[in-house]
Amino acid sequence: MKKENDQSNRRDFLKFGLTAGGALAVGAVLMDGILSMDDNPETGEKTILFDRKGHVFEVDPTHLLECKTPPVSNAEARKGIEGKKFVMVIDLAKCDGCKLCTEACTTMHFNEPDREWIKVFKMKDAKTTQPYWFPKPCFQCDNPLCTKVCPVNATFKREDGIVLIDSERCIGCRSCMAACPYSTRHFNWGHPKETPEMASLPYSPEQGFPRRVGTVEKCDFCPHMIRQGKMPACVMGCPMDAIYFGDQNEDAVTCHSGETLQLSQLLEDRAGYRYMEELGTEPRVYYLPPTNRKFPKPGDEGSTEGTGSTSSMSGMEM
Amino acid sequence: MNHTIGTIQEDSLRPLRSWGRGTLIWIAILLAAGTWGFYAYYYQLRHGLASTALRDYVSWGLYISTFVFLIGLSHSGTLVSGILRITKQDWRMPITRTAELMTFVSLLFGGIMPIIDLGRPDHIFNLILFGRVQSPLMWDVICIFTYFVGSTMFLYLPMIPDMALCRDRLKETSSSVRRWMYRKLALGWTGTKTQWRYLERSMTIMTIIIIPIAVSVHTVIGYIFAMTLRGGWNSTVFGPYFVAGALYSGSATVVLGMYVFRKIYHLEKYMTLKHFDLMGRIVLALTLIYAYFNLNEYWVPAYKMAIHERHLLTDLFSGEYAKVFWILQFGTVLLPIIIMSFPKGRRPNILAATAVVVVFGAWLKRYIIVVPTLLHPFVPIQDVPADWATYFPSWVEFSVVTGAIAGILLVLTLYSKLFPIMSVWEVEEGAEVEETKKLAAEMRSKRAATEAVQTNVY
Repeated sequence: MKKENDQSNRRDFLKFGLTAGGALAVGAVLMDGILSMDDNPETGEKTILFDRKGHVFEVDPTHLLECKTPPVSNAEARKGIEGKKFVMVIDLAKCDGCKLCTEACTTMHFNEPDREWIKVFKMKDAKTTQPYWFPKPCFQCDNPLCTKVCPVNATFKREDGIVLIDSERCIGCRSCMAACPYSTRHFNWGHPKETPEMASLPYSPEQGFPRRVGTVEKCDFCPHMIRQGKMPACVMGCPMDAIYFGDQNEDAVTCHSGETLQLSQLLEDRAGYRYMEELGTEPRVYYLPPTNRKFPKPGDEGSTEGTGSTSSMSGMEM
Repeated sequence: MNHTIGTIQEDSLRPLRSWGRGTLIWIAILLAAGTWGFYAYYYQLRHGLASTALRDYVSWGLYISTFVFLIGLSHSGTLVSGILRITKQDWRMPITRTAELMTFVSLLFGGIMPIIDLGRPDHIFNLILFGRVQSPLMWDVICIFTYFVGSTMFLYLPMIPDMALCRDRLKETSSSVRRWMYRKLALGWTGTKTQWRYLERSMTIMTIIIIPIAVSVHTVIGYIFAMTLRGGWNSTVFGPYFVAGALYSGSATVVLGMYVFRKIYHLEKYMTLKHFDLMGRIVLALTLIYAYFNLNEYWVPAYKMAIHERHLLTDLFSGEYAKVFWILQFGTVLLPIIIMSFPKGRRPNILAATAVVVVFGAWLKRYIIVVPTLLHPFVPIQDVPADWATYFPSWVEFSVVTGAIAGILLVLTLYSKLFPIMSVWEVEEGAEVEETKKLAAEMRSKRAATEAVQTNVY
């Protein structure tokens, strides 16, 4: 127990120190022992470090080694953020199909273009009903079939409602992909194309990279951003304020521009619903129906675009 | 009677005495195909599953279909050997070994298929480290492993007296390695009363436990699919439907095995027309059951045409997969039923041809169960690369599966050249039973004749 404390103290100390010194952009840094093991000649420059208690240190940069400590431990990542129940509300009346949410997500998670963690569909429930845009992230279901069928607990449900994947444990059987009724999961079929910078990042299930060949990935509600008190990438990327994110326990959701609404009131006023409620998966993502739209609806010709398979049009339903 | 036993032993051991040139060429071909399969798998390991045609929508394909198919074939042994043993069908004797062998080998290779399908085979030990019994895949691992151990014992137990026979009778013709192998496998069998009693008892126990295990295996394979919400899989008949499908293809496999071994090793005296006729009836009965399940599986949702099933069923009945679907229903279910309903359809050549149709049909059917459902997800497929919305296996998948089939044939070939393909002692037993029956019948008719004569006299 004492040792653990020491380590975390040291980690904190280093993390804060380097932020102060401006020496590092990502990850944390570990000092090499008691700073005396390194053979490199000292540069004479000093980096200023200080820890949480306010102690200040001056260290020669050559004595600093990059450390690949994940931002949170595996156990923490599996447990989730205490006391929270994350929830998302997507206002279909505001979505104009610009796909900037997808772009923001793809950028943040270094996704390849074929892997849209949040994807904007052109939906049309029946021939006689109106088409609408439908951004679909992972629903982080409360009764998730994907985690039930996983044979190794590589995908799991956290206390804060988020469903994550530990790709260091995933065996790549793709049971979860078959089980997910929303086709939310993607697979790393080939070796992921990663820059050296990405590949050197410490792995945590909370951020999902570096990716691993032969494992599953999906939208994760950006828990690494939430931990920093920030919003998920798609929320921040939506110029229409169509995506709200928040904590169900606080009964509050917030959009990009900072407008914060009472969740229960919003769902009541706007007749919020969950996609395919009849499946019983109990999604944590709510939709507000596309009423009184202030922008053009998706073109009818557009909604059959895509695969040309029979399901492109007919697969739309609610 | 002793003469008969001598002949049985000789006929069974003859294939073991010499390996012809044909055998060696055949083995070389199989080895080549197996090596090619290995290369393809190596290629897949290097480049990831991207080398297959599998993508995010169709994430299970040929490997999983073949897995379900091969595990289905493995029901042959349980059926013929287990059920006929428990119902004391004496005619089963010459074909039990073939059936048990088919089970063993199809399980061996069927069990490998999902491992080949894994994205991270190097993480497979996580199944032990972090295994969750709540996962249908874990049920499969447990059931298939149990079934494999059980059917290996089921194959091996009745081999013990035959191993002793090989040990004693193949002294001159076999190499020292083989003699050592027979000696070890015979477990010091000398045929004492105690040994026979133990053998009989363990066979009875194995027979009783292997049947429910076999049923469980195919039920849980059905559950892999049925435990999802997808249209076409979300079905309560999947457990028994898969068991029926397994028995349908498994029984046909026994017919194929019988036919081939009979032809190659000249066992016409043992595997007679009667055996084919009776096996034909069994395949017929199981095909009828399978047809009945097909009706339930497709007609019930087709009547209602609920939205999610509608897209899939339209695709199967009149869309992209219609041709295959109807060929399967009429060509590999209805047609075999008609053929096997006639006594002439149960003669060796025609029955074997029908069995080929059935086995191939069962394979294709698995594919039709797995792939089209994945192409009809709830959320429409939109704006994806063209190859994501279709699936046809890549050369890697075909090569690996071909390699696995070659492996199956290789094990069958090697087995039949190293061990008797008929359970010698059981065939002997059967012959004795036959002999006794014949004697009894003769006595009966003699007595009847005497009585008749006596009646006449009085």
